[in-house]
Amino acid sequence: MRRRDRNPDDFAAEIEAHLELESERLREQGLSAEDARFAAQRSFGNATRARERFYESARWLWWDHICQDVRYGLRRLRQAPGFTAIAILTIALGIGATTAIFSVVEATLWRPLPYSHPDQLVSIQDDLPGVGARDVGLSEPEWQDLQHSGIFEWVSPAWFDENNMTGVSTPERVSLLSVAPDYFALLGVKPQLGATFDPQNHAPGFTGEAVISDGLWKRAFGRDPNVLGRGIRLDTDLYTVIGVMPPGFRSPERTPAERSAEVWPATSFYGAPLLDHPPRKGRNLPEAIARLKPGLTRETAQSRVNALVAALQKQYPADYPAQSAWRIRLVPLKEKIVGDARRSLILMLAAVGLVLLIGCLNVANLLLARASVRGREMALRQALGAGRQRLISQLLTEGLLLSLLGGIAGVALLVGAQRSLLRLVPDSLPRLGVVSINWTVLVFAAAASLISGLVFGLTPALHSGRFALGEALKKAARGAIGSGQQVRMRRALVVMELALSLVLTIAASLLLRSFQDLVRAPMGFNPQSVMTERTRLPYPNDVKTDRYAGAAQQAAFVDELLRRVKALPGVEEAAIGDSGAVPLDSSQRELNRLAGRFFFTLEGRVLDSRESPVVDRLMVTPNYFHLLGIPLLRGRLLNESDDARSPQVAVVNEAFARRYWPAENAIGKRFRRDRPDAPWITVVGVVANSRTGSLAETDSPQVYVSLSQTWSHHLAIFLRGQLDPSAISKQVRAQVQKVDPTLPVFGGQMLEDTVSASLSERRFSLEMVGLFALTALFLAAIGIYGVISYMVAERTREIGIRLALGAARRNILRDVLGQGLRLATAGAAIGLVGALIVSHGMAGLLYGVKPTDPLTFAGVALLLVVVALFACYIPARRATKVEPMVALRDA
Amino acid sequence: MSTQTEKSRLELLQGTLDLLILRTLIFGPQHGQGIARAIQETSEEELLVEHGALYPALQRLEERGSVSAKWGTSSNNRKARFYTLTAAGRKQLVRETTKWKRLAQAVERILGSEAVEES
Repeated sequence: MRRRDRNPDDFAAEIEAHLELESERLREQGLSAEDARFAAQRSFGNATRARERFYESARWLWWDHICQDVRYGLRRLRQAPGFTAIAILTIALGIGATTAIFSVVEATLWRPLPYSHPDQLVSIQDDLPGVGARDVGLSEPEWQDLQHSGIFEWVSPAWFDENNMTGVSTPERVSLLSVAPDYFALLGVKPQLGATFDPQNHAPGFTGEAVISDGLWKRAFGRDPNVLGRGIRLDTDLYTVIGVMPPGFRSPERTPAERSAEVWPATSFYGAPLLDHPPRKGRNLPEAIARLKPGLTRETAQSRVNALVAALQKQYPADYPAQSAWRIRLVPLKEKIVGDARRSLILMLAAVGLVLLIGCLNVANLLLARASVRGREMALRQALGAGRQRLISQLLTEGLLLSLLGGIAGVALLVGAQRSLLRLVPDSLPRLGVVSINWTVLVFAAAASLISGLVFGLTPALHSGRFALGEALKKAARGAIGSGQQVRMRRALVVMELALSLVLTIAASLLLRSFQDLVRAPMGFNPQSVMTERTRLPYPNDVKTDRYAGAAQQAAFVDELLRRVKALPGVEEAAIGDSGAVPLDSSQRELNRLAGRFFFTLEGRVLDSRESPVVDRLMVTPNYFHLLGIPLLRGRLLNESDDARSPQVAVVNEAFARRYWPAENAIGKRFRRDRPDAPWITVVGVVANSRTGSLAETDSPQVYVSLSQTWSHHLAIFLRGQLDPSAISKQVRAQVQKVDPTLPVFGGQMLEDTVSASLSERRFSLEMVGLFALTALFLAAIGIYGVISYMVAERTREIGIRLALGAARRNILRDVLGQGLRLATAGAAIGLVGALIVSHGMAGLLYGVKPTDPLTFAGVALLLVVVALFACYIPARRATKVEPMVALRDA
Repeated sequence: MSTQTEKSRLELLQGTLDLLILRTLIFGPQHGQGIARAIQETSEEELLVEHGALYPALQRLEERGSVSAKWGTSSNNRKARFYTLTAAGRKQLVRETTKWKRLAQAVERILGSEAVEES
């Protein structure tokens, strides 16, 4: 838009001059002055309109053009409703699916954490790379070191637990996160009611104050504004409510259970009931978060932490043996929450992006086919003075119109299907916010539509610029449409579509094979007709009130409970274990991280640098192995006589035995907790490996100890038999509460469902990528169908002549299919190369299958060729049905 | 000028007016009214040029640099805005003329051949 320097008055003066000249001429021809003036005005036409056009053209020329293009484009689209519907539907599906996946990505990866200055927040993770252990947690003295290092504004460990809450209307089980007093100051979140902790409070033990969530406030206190100062009892310990967090506040944690913590007590992590001087090697704080000092980048902070770690290692060589190579990693807080999900989310987004791209290529192909029909129109318009730029902008406008209409339809589709789509997203997918169609998502959808419109609008537009005027009109005269160049371009587009869909299908197939391998892999235990229920024994800070303080106290409870549940109808076997004993249960991951991680030393030798000093420890009653079908290989299983009075024993799995006593018999060997006063534990038996930790891990070492010799407050009850899932939970609850009426019973689940849930994220990404691959394949099939149909239509006359001259219909069929085959093999060849690159990038998501699995590659390529040939078969059949006489007469 | 004759005249196709204006200016600077006259007279009154349409077209050509304009005095001593063909305008004229001729020939060929088929 360029302003001109000529003003409208000058233009008006010119019109006036014209009228004067014209009427003078007419007067000379003998008209009266009045008639002459009138005639001059009449032949001038609408003078006002001329002035208007002068004015408008200076200001709104470009706008006029756009309006004109849009009006014209809409008219063209209305004229071809079939084409328009297919194109819009293709784009709508592409944009809808892409936006759907993006909305999930937006809520997990994109959206900043809902805390103040989230870029300064980090997760502190301790690794012992020397012994292959990651994220092992930290000890209280290390936390103190970090706090006083000057690198961080605040540092707060967090300690997840589940407590029985009493002192309110109905007792219930609540998730709580014990944090340092600076926790809320660290996150920079204010309560909606009351206050949070004094961040400078360094008193030992628990502060006796608690902050509660909005949900708990609603549920347990009916939104009572006088809740502040009220007492609640968590596992019988009294806490005073000092604040209520705003609705929507969630702790930045890994698992859904932790993120839904509803009570936050504060503690300094030392002093009664905890140890007065926690050891450095204790590592009883599973995790910590921190806020960097303002102006400090994570990189600078990391290098200063490295220096601190080096100094501490020098200062405490006994606690930090060189071979364990202790180090502290500062991880962006968001990364901690999102974790492994990032990879599969990005894979999904890439997959759906490919589908959209293939859809665009399809529409581009359709547009090209139309463009060849429109060749005459374009040539004529060009001849009549339309600039190349205007023609391109016209074609681009049509493309953009299609893509925007498609985008709108896609978003509408998405909004309509949002509820059912969201149900597909597994709960375990980490996110702090809600997946929603918000402005960011809408902007993404608009940008995606715009880019798609450019992709398929530009293809024919750039092409049209090459129109040779005379040629186009000559061709029109001959009845042939579409230049050789256009045909080549359309073929190239189809080859690209085929290649892209092959890449996607191979990716999906690799995921599918991984999934199958995982499902089919022998788990090493039998989840069939096993049900688990949980209970939790109170764990008060005041040891005097703890009725379940030791193995002896607990043993009576466990024995009585076992006796009772065994007698329930349908129950054939029963066992009890700690929460870590439930196979593949990710909901209790954080609890197990704390309770199930066992730091140990071996008797008689020092662990070498490649041996991890940490092992998963499961506490079980003797029948656990038989109930889950875990076979004994050597020695004996645990039995009833292994109790609090007898020497401690353990059953280990084969992986543990192999790793620590590779050349010897493990039976009779001893190990103990990594503390000088801990008792030795003797290995009495070796059982087969089972994948109870993760289906993808075949041989992680495990140690089983008797629940009667140790003790845990988080208990799981295992039942096997002909169980009625609807009734059994109630019956178990009744039995538990007959022993102790204050105990909650929860988390009833068939073990097969637990196993299935552990695969939910994998299943989700498999389903999504699989769905996208099918869509891509379908679109590519339509693409090749279109090109071959077009080719057949164009060659009708030639085919007619050949048939008339006696060619066999079989040969015609072979000829047409041959064309399709060439395109398909070209697409497959390019696609295989692309798939090789892509599959290497997704190696981390695969299990049991190599990223270059030849069977998958060959099979999918074959599938692609077959699908393509099938799509070509329809037009090929049509070619053989050509009636020579009709074809020749029509041409 | 009766309404009858006006009706029977050919209406200009979009885009051809520019070409005709440039062509007229080849004989030297001319004002708007003169150009209108010239087109009508040269086409032997076959073409209908609405004078009002001429000026936005002239303006467009001026903005594109195909013509330049200056106020001056006409032969009968009246003030008028005179348009002169620029070098760029001359090139445009050559280009458009060639194009137009090819188009006309092509159209002629098509119409000619159809006429034969019909007979």
